[in-house]
Amino acid sequence: MDESATLTPGPQFMRFLDDGRILLQRSRATGRIFHYPRVAEPGTGSTDLDWVEVSGRGRVYSTTVIRRRPPEPDRNIALIDLDEGPRLLSRVEDPAPDQVHIGMRVQARIVEEEAAPLIVFVRANGEDAQA
Amino acid sequence: MNAHGGFPRGQTAIAGAATFGIGESPGFEAIDLAAQASLAALRDAGLAVGDVDALFVGLPQDYLSGLTLAEYLGVRPKLTDNNRTGGSSFLTHTVWAALALSAGMCDVALIAYGSNQRTGAGRLVSSWRGSPFEEAYQPAMPLAGYALAAARHMHEYGTMREQLAEVAVAARRWAQLNPEAFKRDPLTVGECLDARMVAEPLTVRDCCLVTDGAAAIVMTRADRARDLERPPVFLLGAGSAVTHKEIAQMPDLTVTGAVKSGRQAYKAAGVTPSEIDIVQLYDAFTINTILFLEDLGFCSKGEGGRFVGESRIAPGGPLPVNTNGGGLSCVHPGMYGLFTLVEAVVQLRGSAGARQVEGAKLALCHGNGGVLSSQATNILGTEETL
Repeated sequence: MDESATLTPGPQFMRFLDDGRILLQRSRATGRIFHYPRVAEPGTGSTDLDWVEVSGRGRVYSTTVIRRRPPEPDRNIALIDLDEGPRLLSRVEDPAPDQVHIGMRVQARIVEEEAAPLIVFVRANGEDAQA
Repeated sequence: MNAHGGFPRGQTAIAGAATFGIGESPGFEAIDLAAQASLAALRDAGLAVGDVDALFVGLPQDYLSGLTLAEYLGVRPKLTDNNRTGGSSFLTHTVWAALALSAGMCDVALIAYGSNQRTGAGRLVSSWRGSPFEEAYQPAMPLAGYALAAARHMHEYGTMREQLAEVAVAARRWAQLNPEAFKRDPLTVGECLDARMVAEPLTVRDCCLVTDGAAAIVMTRADRARDLERPPVFLLGAGSAVTHKEIAQMPDLTVTGAVKSGRQAYKAAGVTPSEIDIVQLYDAFTINTILFLEDLGFCSKGEGGRFVGESRIAPGGPLPVNTNGGGLSCVHPGMYGLFTLVEAVVQLRGSAGARQVEGAKLALCHGNGGVLSSQATNILGTEETL
């Protein structure tokens, strides 16, 4: 739980990322953690929400490689199921795009891109490339 | 509520239907194409512009296109609807039109669509705006969304790229029987597999066309439709469902809202999947056809890949699917939904020429919008299905 939240949901999420932390919203009524940030819990409409820091650990639910014409590099796009429940769209930066597979354990990193913080994922320690 | 889940089964009908400018229509704007299809559909019904008192429309980049088309055609509609659920929009327009017609709120409903994306922009023109929380990943939507769904289906059910390719080949074989279809050259499974990969596991042959094109239908109450030029095609049932907008918010990438929309439509129509003669599915990507055949009850979940094998959905097969060639080989101007209805009308009238499915009486049309986000099912039938 984080009592420092003072902004509206979207900017608050980004402010936490700026500080190097991944915090997502949790419904106090149901305990559910959800993403993306919004003013109420989807499905219940509950506005009694707080922010909780998540582990950044998760599993690849699905993955694709966007093939582009050279010299543009191929790009990974993946859906990651965080251990705390929410699913988010992101990219896996390691291993190479076509080595990412469904079920792979991954760990979040916060990188800087276009002057803004961004959540990306890398293969978790101990995960085989071809598991 | 009546026995049909509240739906006015068979009380309204499609009295006119037309397409215009499929493929390339250089020089025309989207609104010109929509107007041409509208006029052709009215002529087909034997009705005039002045008869229209309800207008349903969605143009690719015009958020007020209901107003634009009313002004362009010079109609003064009592009801104007610009509902946007993506490419499925038009299969929701039919529902509102049927309810309004049967309630006596209007007499002649025109549903129209047109896009010049191929000659105008050379790429998909969509009103899709992605999530601000996802933009930075350049997720290449909608393409990536369908690729993620295909990858997950392959993972869970062992669906193979060859089976996706079977969908594309079946669509092409139907297109070869349709003089209006944009892509009619022969296509093999091997060519699909060897085609340029755009988003794993989808190649360019797993993706719908980028064409121009327009479509329109005219709906009236059933009694009036019987007095008009063409044999009426009755709207027997319909259902729709929205499950999400962004693919990351879709609960299960292998199960779409078509389960719900289909169930509603079958209940309203009082028919089962085994009674359906022809199926028109929004095939934005080859995985769509497989998902919708499963979710609409033509085969069980996970069996879609095997089901489309052995030319089962191709010309001559037991379940004719996308008999115009679909979005994969006939036409895809950005929102394909309305073309499913026009093709069903042509087939149920028995006027489909070389691609005619003999004795077709019951048609299921299914629209999809967003990234498997919005699903809408319509069931149409001839007089004897009432």
